[in-house]
Amino acid sequence: MVEVTLWGSLGALAGGKSKVEIEAKDIRELFRKLAEQYPGLEPLIEKGIAVAIDGTIYRDTWSKELPEGAEIFLLPRLAGG
Amino acid sequence: MNFDPRYSGRNFTSVGTRPIRPDGVDKVTGRARYGADFNMAGQLVGRVLRSPHAHATIRKIDTSKAEKLPGVKAVITAADLPDLTDGDAAMYDILDNCMARKKALYDGHAVAAVAAVDARTARQALKLIEVDYEVLPHVTDVDEAMKHSAPVLNDTIFTEGVEEKPARPSNVTTRTQYGHGDIHKGFGQADYVVERSFKTEQTHQGYIEPHACVANVSSDGTADLWVCTQGHFVYRQHCAQLLGMEASKLRVTSSEIGGGFGGKTHVWAEPVALALSRKAGRPVKLVMTRDEVFRASGPTSATSIDVRIGASKDGTITAAEATLRYSCGPYAGMWAEIGAMTAFACYRLENVKTVGYEVLVNRPKTAAYRAPSAPMAAFAVESTVDELAKEIGIDPVEFRIRNAAQEGTRSSYGPVYGPIGIGPTLEAAKNHPHMKAPLGKNQGRGMACGFWFNFGGQTCTDLNIGMDGSVSLAVGTVDVGGSRASLSLVAAEELGIAYEQVKAVVADTSSLGYNDMTDGSRGTFSSSMATISAARNAIKILRERAAQTWDIPVEDVVWEKGHAIAKGEKYGNLAALSLREIAAASGKTGGPIAGHSELVADGAGVSFATHICDIEVDPETGATRVLRYTVVQDAGKAVHPTYVEGQYQGGAAQGIGWALNEEYIYGKDGRLQNPGFLDYRIPVCSDLPMIDTQILEIPNPNHPYGVRGVGETSIVPPLAAIANAVSNAAGVRMTHIPMSPPRILAAIEAERGG
Repeated sequence: MVEVTLWGSLGALAGGKSKVEIEAKDIRELFRKLAEQYPGLEPLIEKGIAVAIDGTIYRDTWSKELPEGAEIFLLPRLAGG
Repeated sequence: MNFDPRYSGRNFTSVGTRPIRPDGVDKVTGRARYGADFNMAGQLVGRVLRSPHAHATIRKIDTSKAEKLPGVKAVITAADLPDLTDGDAAMYDILDNCMARKKALYDGHAVAAVAAVDARTARQALKLIEVDYEVLPHVTDVDEAMKHSAPVLNDTIFTEGVEEKPARPSNVTTRTQYGHGDIHKGFGQADYVVERSFKTEQTHQGYIEPHACVANVSSDGTADLWVCTQGHFVYRQHCAQLLGMEASKLRVTSSEIGGGFGGKTHVWAEPVALALSRKAGRPVKLVMTRDEVFRASGPTSATSIDVRIGASKDGTITAAEATLRYSCGPYAGMWAEIGAMTAFACYRLENVKTVGYEVLVNRPKTAAYRAPSAPMAAFAVESTVDELAKEIGIDPVEFRIRNAAQEGTRSSYGPVYGPIGIGPTLEAAKNHPHMKAPLGKNQGRGMACGFWFNFGGQTCTDLNIGMDGSVSLAVGTVDVGGSRASLSLVAAEELGIAYEQVKAVVADTSSLGYNDMTDGSRGTFSSSMATISAARNAIKILRERAAQTWDIPVEDVVWEKGHAIAKGEKYGNLAALSLREIAAASGKTGGPIAGHSELVADGAGVSFATHICDIEVDPETGATRVLRYTVVQDAGKAVHPTYVEGQYQGGAAQGIGWALNEEYIYGKDGRLQNPGFLDYRIPVCSDLPMIDTQILEIPNPNHPYGVRGVGETSIVPPLAAIANAVSNAAGVRMTHIPMSPPRILAAIEAERGG
């Protein structure tokens, strides 16, 4: 079980929650279960969400494992120049 | 992905040296081919008709007279680019920006295009196109656009991110919020509070090479596109989607690039050129003029930002708050959101809140510009931080060191930081000789910090070993700053061969797997990871071939310094086999030797910098002179230090231009008044001092060599560092960028008058 923190506008799509607990071993499973439990999040997940695991931001490595007790933070996928 | 990206702490032979860049000779002798240097037999000239109005409904476009002009081979409007975006709002905006559909939304918005046998005929044809406009009220200022009385650009947009859906449409597309703690409590604990409002004007990336492409659509439906871009694979995806093509049937080749800085991450002219070629049945070359580049491509956001910071007597920040309003052009973006995320990222804050508002205005569609949105936020925050330090009576560097984020700090955008480099850059700045150098009359010194995220992304690389032992490296990230040299160094390092033995090229979209574009400071970070992976795959084959030659198990063969070596005393008589020897025999040991890699490079690691700047202000005219400038930034590991220094210097130079001179100036009619380098003045060599650099190397734990991206962070601190220097020199706080001579003079006179 990992605790996931959602950024502001994402939280609004998850019933106003800023934190949710999910049983997930990696980012892929996390996204799948988030979409199942909060269908409003699915379009945003499809569009792209970044996941910060203990401060390191992952944008595309959906196979990245979520270590027990790690800080998991969802962030918008940003543009660079 | 069977590749371990973790930092290994190895010693380097090639990486960290400074060889000559492989593309250098062609560039200085004029042989290098940029976007406009490519030609095809039977090629037509493309030209675009642009709206002279900031905001207008397009009632009718009559192209019949233009079509009848001899020499005109195709005329297109939005009708020739039907909406195939299938509900993808972001792609629809790109389509509408390439060619206006119902409304012209800014001065310079494309409304039609022609392809003709020569430029003269094409220009004549544009004059024959009749567009019936209904001119609408417009708004170009970000604060004005937020008012209830402002003309609304898009009446289907209702502000998102607010608790209750608004009753009426608005130019504010989204409100976002970041932060933690309780700012009311934090401000209650403050002994000192400084609150200021700031504005920054819109700037262009100012790349020297205009957008240029040659498109050729064949009658069998396949197509080629030669183009100046930061990401040819992304251009292929976007163009294919907009034109209804299969991506594999569109081959995109990237030219050399004369600057991009984020401005060449979006398609503008390319779908238009392809649509013209498809209709004309001939190749079409489309090159934007400088006027078009300014009016219709780029630019960054104009901003309006309020900042409030409180601190206790001992110099600890107790609360920080910012409201950031960023212009997006006429289409929704997330520019203020990035500003809200980055604004306070340098600091360790118990109580912080940032709110961003994305605002539509009748200006060109905002595009990324080198660490997009961060420089403006840093300007506002770092200016306020400097003033607060003065109020408390603490040295501004000490104040920042006391409040700097560190490992374990909760960042203002949410996550807790791992190992980060803000502290070391501040300490290095504090101890730099620049900080202690004397200043003369009317001179001031300023410093500031900056933060940027850095990204990785999808990356694919091929490494092919020729029969003579030379190595071809095919990468898919466009070389915007010397990455072919850096990646050749990485291949040489991994294979244990000389740098000169490696030749790196940027492969076209039909020759290599998909690559994300070169943005987010990812080029060297990502492609070096893929190059290391590809080289290791090639080494595996080299070892197998040596084992086969010696007829021994491959497990007994190791790779050292460019040679296969049979390990163990029983193989004492076997002389090491060099890469050249194994390559020469490859035809008889199993065929060509190559290594490939397809991976997602993630874990780029956040980046920090601290800049120091000395400025002299002429109090009679408001004119400024940059006397000295120093950049301190963490590179993780500088693969080619000269090009890392070049990135630091380039970011500083662009920041100096942004801070002191550059701005989009609109008339009351909503038309851009200064779309050219005479009136939009970017810095030239004579405006700049030698920009000194100090590279810190704090290894990134998520890259085998410790590499971090370096391209963007260097543009984040300059606006603030220069504003602090000018404010110290002039004796008055400057709150409006650019600090052009009239603005400085007005501030000095207002201060004198007050």
